[in-house]
Formats: sequence, C-alpha cells, structure tokens
Amino acid sequence: MASATESIDEILRKSYDAGFVTDIEQEYAPPGLNEDIVRFISKKKEEPEWLLQWRLKAYRRWLEMSEPRWAKVSYPEIDYQDICYYAAPKSKDDAPKSLDEVDPELLATYEKLGIPLHEREVLAGVAVDAVFDSVSVATTFREKLSEVGVIFMSFSEAVQKHPELIKKYLGSVVPVSDNFFAALNSAVFSDGSVVYIPKGVRCPMELSTYFRINAAKTGQFERTLVVADEGSYVSYLEGCTAPMRDENQLHAAVVELVAHEDAQIKYSTVQNWYPGDENGKGGIYNFVTKRGLCEGARSKISWTQVETGSAITWKYPSCILKGDDSIGEFYSVALSNHRQQADTGTKMIHLGKNTKSTIISKGISAGHGQQTYRGGVKIMRGAENARNYTQCDSLLIGDQCGAHTVPYVDVRNSSSKLEHEATTSRIGEDQLFYCRQRGLSEEDAVSLIVNGFAKEVLKELPMEFAVEAQKLLGVSLEGAVG
Amino acid sequence: MLKIENLHVEVDGKPILKGITLDIAAGEVHAIMGPNGSGKSTLAYVLAGREGYEVTKGSVTYKGQNLLEMEPEVRAAEGVFLGFQYPVAIPGVSNIYFLKAALNAIRKHRGQDPLDAIDFMKLSKEKAAIVQLPDELTKRAVNDGFSGGEKKRNEIFQMAMLEPSLAVLDETDSGLDIDALRVVAQGVNALRGPERAMLVITHYQRLLDYIVPDVVHVLIDGRIVRTGDKDLAKQLEKQGYSEVRDAIQP
Repeated sequence: MASATESIDEILRKSYDAGFVTDIEQEYAPPGLNEDIVRFISKKKEEPEWLLQWRLKAYRRWLEMSEPRWAKVSYPEIDYQDICYYAAPKSKDDAPKSLDEVDPELLATYEKLGIPLHEREVLAGVAVDAVFDSVSVATTFREKLSEVGVIFMSFSEAVQKHPELIKKYLGSVVPVSDNFFAALNSAVFSDGSVVYIPKGVRCPMELSTYFRINAAKTGQFERTLVVADEGSYVSYLEGCTAPMRDENQLHAAVVELVAHEDAQIKYSTVQNWYPGDENGKGGIYNFVTKRGLCEGARSKISWTQVETGSAITWKYPSCILKGDDSIGEFYSVALSNHRQQADTGTKMIHLGKNTKSTIISKGISAGHGQQTYRGGVKIMRGAENARNYTQCDSLLIGDQCGAHTVPYVDVRNSSSKLEHEATTSRIGEDQLFYCRQRGLSEEDAVSLIVNGFAKEVLKELPMEFAVEAQKLLGVSLEGAVG
Repeated sequence: MLKIENLHVEVDGKPILKGITLDIAAGEVHAIMGPNGSGKSTLAYVLAGREGYEVTKGSVTYKGQNLLEMEPEVRAAEGVFLGFQYPVAIPGVSNIYFLKAALNAIRKHRGQDPLDAIDFMKLSKEKAAIVQLPDELTKRAVNDGFSGGEKKRNEIFQMAMLEPSLAVLDETDSGLDIDALRVVAQGVNALRGPERAMLVITHYQRLLDYIVPDVVHVLIDGRIVRTGDKDLAKQLEKQGYSEVRDAIQP
C-alpha cells in the first residue's frame, strides 16, 4: 500500500497547463484601496453618479466589516492595501470593434485556453463574453441574441445602455453589506457580465463567460447579473483560469441571479484558477458570493460547479426559494490537490410553499488537500411541504488529505421533508490494480475512477462543457486523461 | 508461453512461495489446487504484477521476456489476464466504457487503431453471449451491486473481450451455484485454443469437471508437491489435502 500511495503522489505532481503570462501592456490603478480608488474606477468606467454613490456606500460598509474566519481554511493575512484594484489592457482607449482588432497575443491566450472565439463557436453554439482582467474584450453572437431580445453584454456596457436594469437588480439578491467580500466587490468591481432574458424567451444558445486574471498582483472583482423574466430559460457557463504566479491573488466575485415566474436559470461553472504549486506557494484566493433568487412561482435555479483550481475556495452558491413551487438545485464537484483548501457548499432557503431543493456534492481530496462541504438548509415557517434532498460524498486519494462535512439544518415548518446522505471512500490500491490489470495506465485509472465518482454532477453540465470538465478533472489529477 | 523457475515470493517479509517451477505451453490448461493459505492467490498476483509481493529468488519468463520487470498494464497489454477472485467495483463507470478504455489501451500498445463505437458494440454483443451476460449488466457500473455470479461472469466476459494469451483464473468457481458454474465454465472452454494458455486456480475439484485441465499441480505451503493429469484432482477430492501433506512430510 505504501508504494501505491507513492505512485499516486507522483501522478498528483502534475503541472498547471494554463500557467502562462500574456505579455501585453497593461494599465493599472495604483495599489491600495481608499475612496479615491473607488472614484477612479467609477470614473474610468464613466459611470453615473448613483453607481458611484452605491460603490462608496459599499466601501464604507466594508471598512466596518471584518474578514470571515469561520471557514475551514487557513491563509496568511491579506494586505488589502497591497492589491491593485484595476488593471486593463492598454489598448482599451481604441477599443476593438471586431475580433480582427483584438490584440493577437490576447487571442492566442484564449486559444491556449481553448476558448472558441471563432468558427468553432458557431458549431458549438456558444457565445462568449471574454473578460480579460477587468475589461470585456470581445462579445460575440450579440446580434443573434438581440434578435430575440436577449441582453448579453459586459457590465460596464450594460451600465451605459440599460441603466434601469442595473439599477433595479444590482444588489437585490446580494446586498452590499451581505458579507465582507461582497462589500469589497461592490466597492471596486471592475467588470463582468449582464444577462437579461425577456418574457417567454428560451435563450437560443448557451451563454458563456471566461474570466482570466493576467496581471500580477491584481485582484479581480467581477460581477455577474442574470435576470430571467417570466417563463424564460437560460443556460449560462463561466470558466476561469489564471496564470502561474508566486504570490497569491485575490478573486472576490459576486453573482446574482433572479428568476421570475416560471423562469429557469441554469448556471454552470468550471473553475480552474491557478491552485499554487505543490508546496502551496502562490495560487488564487477565491472568495465568491453567488446567490440566486427564485422570485416567482414555479421558477427554478440550478447551480452546477466543477471546482478544480484556486489555492483557497470559499464559495456557497445559494438559492432563495421565495416563489411557491420553486426549485433550487446545487450540483458540485470540488477537487483539492497539493495544498489546496476548499470550503464550499450551498444554502437553500425555503420561503414559499411546496419548494424543493436538491444538493449533490462530490468532494475529491488528494495530496495534502483539505476539503469541507458546508451546507445549510433552512425551511422557514411559511414553507409548507418543502422538500430537500442532500447527498454529499467524499473521495480521498492518498492518506494525507482530508474531507469534512458540515451540514446545517434549520426547520421551522413541520410539514417539510428532509433527507441527508453522506459517504466517504478512498481510491483503493485494489481498484487501481484492477484497472491496470485490464491494461489502463495508473493515470488513466485514477482519472476513470474520479470521473465515475463525479458522474452524477458532470451529467448536469451542458454537453460541450461536460467533456471539458471531465478533462480538467483528469488534468488536475495527473496530466493525461483516458 | 510461461516459464516459472524456482520462484520465491515474500509478503511483508514472510515467505509465501518457496520455489515454484512451472512450464505452461500455448494451448495448455493447467490447474493449481491447494488448501487455503498455500499461496495460490499469491502466485496469481505475482504473475499479474500486484505491488506488495516481493520476489526474492527465481524468474518468470513470458513469451521469452522477463515478466517480472513489466508494469501491470504492460503485462495486460502483452496478453496476461487475471480473472479476480474478488472483482473490484468502480462506481459510476459503466462496464462497457471501462472495457472500451481497456481494450483500446491494449490495442494502442499493440500498434492497432482504437475500435470505434460501432465495432466495439458489435464485438461486445458477440462476447457477452458467450457467458450469457445480459445487456443490462454491460451498461451498469463495473461490478457495482453485481451478485457473486454476475461478477464472475463479467470477468470471463472481459477475458473474452481482451483475448489474452495467458489467462490466470483465480478461484473463478468460488461463490457460484452449480448453474452459474456451468455457464462460467462453458465460457472458459469456449476461449480455449491452441494460441492460449490458461492457469486455473481452484480450491475444489468441482470446477475441473467442467474445465478439464491438461495438467494438475498441487500447491501446499508454497511448494508444488504433486503434478499429474486430471485424475490427480479426483484423487485429491477423495483423499483431501491433509493426506497429501502427510505423504510428503512424513
């Protein structure tokens, strides 16, 4: 067994494929955070006064708040005055009008990440809003979308073109004072994506945003807002990678979803931020607030996440089930290898009658990785006949990692039904040997077993991305996939 | 095909095999019988390359090559198949997907193109029929929730798919009722051929009524103490292992 563990360890010492730095000129704000920086960002983005005031309010609240320390993650204190809060490719002033005008090196970067910006994307039916550091570089398929009235654009652009939309929904699900990182984001967020699906429209394609942190020592604070009006449907995917750097980088995003009556939002994330090296040097601190509001009756919000990156993940995509008969779902695969720490899970807050939630969480720990599932199910007094099903499974690879499960349940209506199942298993030497005896390499065997373990969640991803996620799980564990 | 010479193997510093010599030619079926703890499974694992089994002396030559130097997956690709006594479950991975990955890994090693989905399905239908493996089982996760009989049938199905040169079947009869035993044995017999050698490891003579071996060896305390033809198995069934043990250790 000892030698089997050793060889597993060897496999786990893979390299990070997306760890390249793009050498283009960047424009920075001076490091540090104060009201002037907030004003600087707002001015750079030519924002209206009300938005500046909203940011400043958030900033002032942030000053009074302290960093949450309840998660099972440990990291040195973050010096918020040592971070740059704004960085943009310099060519911003003469912004690209088509893909041909985009910096070729930038396009090459996306190429390496496998983001389909050209024809491939037509075939795949994917529209990509690529956020390079803070400024949205290229938005594709917008025309096709606007034919059916779908709004899909960068946050800065939406602020200019659809201020009423932003004003109505910004902070409506995650208020500025919600938590420390949400407040920070509200003060300094630089860009992100906005989606609006009008009444009765089924969005004709998967919408997708790739975020990428490129500049050293910059925080990325993007903001995503997805609003699905009555009876509409949208599937949205975000993918994230960041180059390899020795120092840690901060990523504090906020995602707000609003689903009106009979609307459905499917939000999928494939997160592959740089996890740090095998000794835990470098890597992204991923402190993200994601929340969806099932505002209308029979609305549905479904979160699917595949989290393989980041040095630290602190993330709990949640659903507020306000409308009667609304449905919340959370499907998660989180992988922590080397020294990665993940404290992730969800919160399902049942307010309406006959509301239903499903939580399927699959945690994979390898190397010295630490993994915590933290989930909250809250059934409020008015939530007659609410149902919740929770399943969290942990898979351990090697004997130096850890898996922890922390479920919170708060039930205030006795007509509700809740189920909770949890398992912990280990990739056994016997499983590996069985696969190898049939001709599979050790790497392929690990990948196969892990993908089998995660299958229930992976099948929730849109087809094009399920394949990518499957590969990512393989790559994150070894370097090749069978 | 397989030449084992004076093989000594230790597990955790404890000697298990104490000088095994065995020569199996292509087309032959050899049976190894012995009581519990005699080292039968150890021999199977050593041939397949499982870790934790230390060869302290002797050699194993397979098709003229030093088998002991090969990684387990290389042995598999070179045509060594082990039918497990306790097949392992892999939840979430369908049987058919698993086999396709395995078969194509082996084909790659042999310099062959991977089988496409259609050819693969055709092949698997054909082979599943040999052990009467229901279609539904080929789609379920590998050995997950399979009954004892289903697991063993699945092993033989895999063997049929991978078409090994040397098949080592470790207690393939254990946990089988008489009907399942017959099906499994028929499957094995269907795969007998002039190019293929088999090493059938069993505790009981029962299996050898169905899979009639060319040579029978009796393994006791890490040594082969008797070698004979199929009648040796019958004789053993009557006398029991203790009599043989007494006979060789007066």
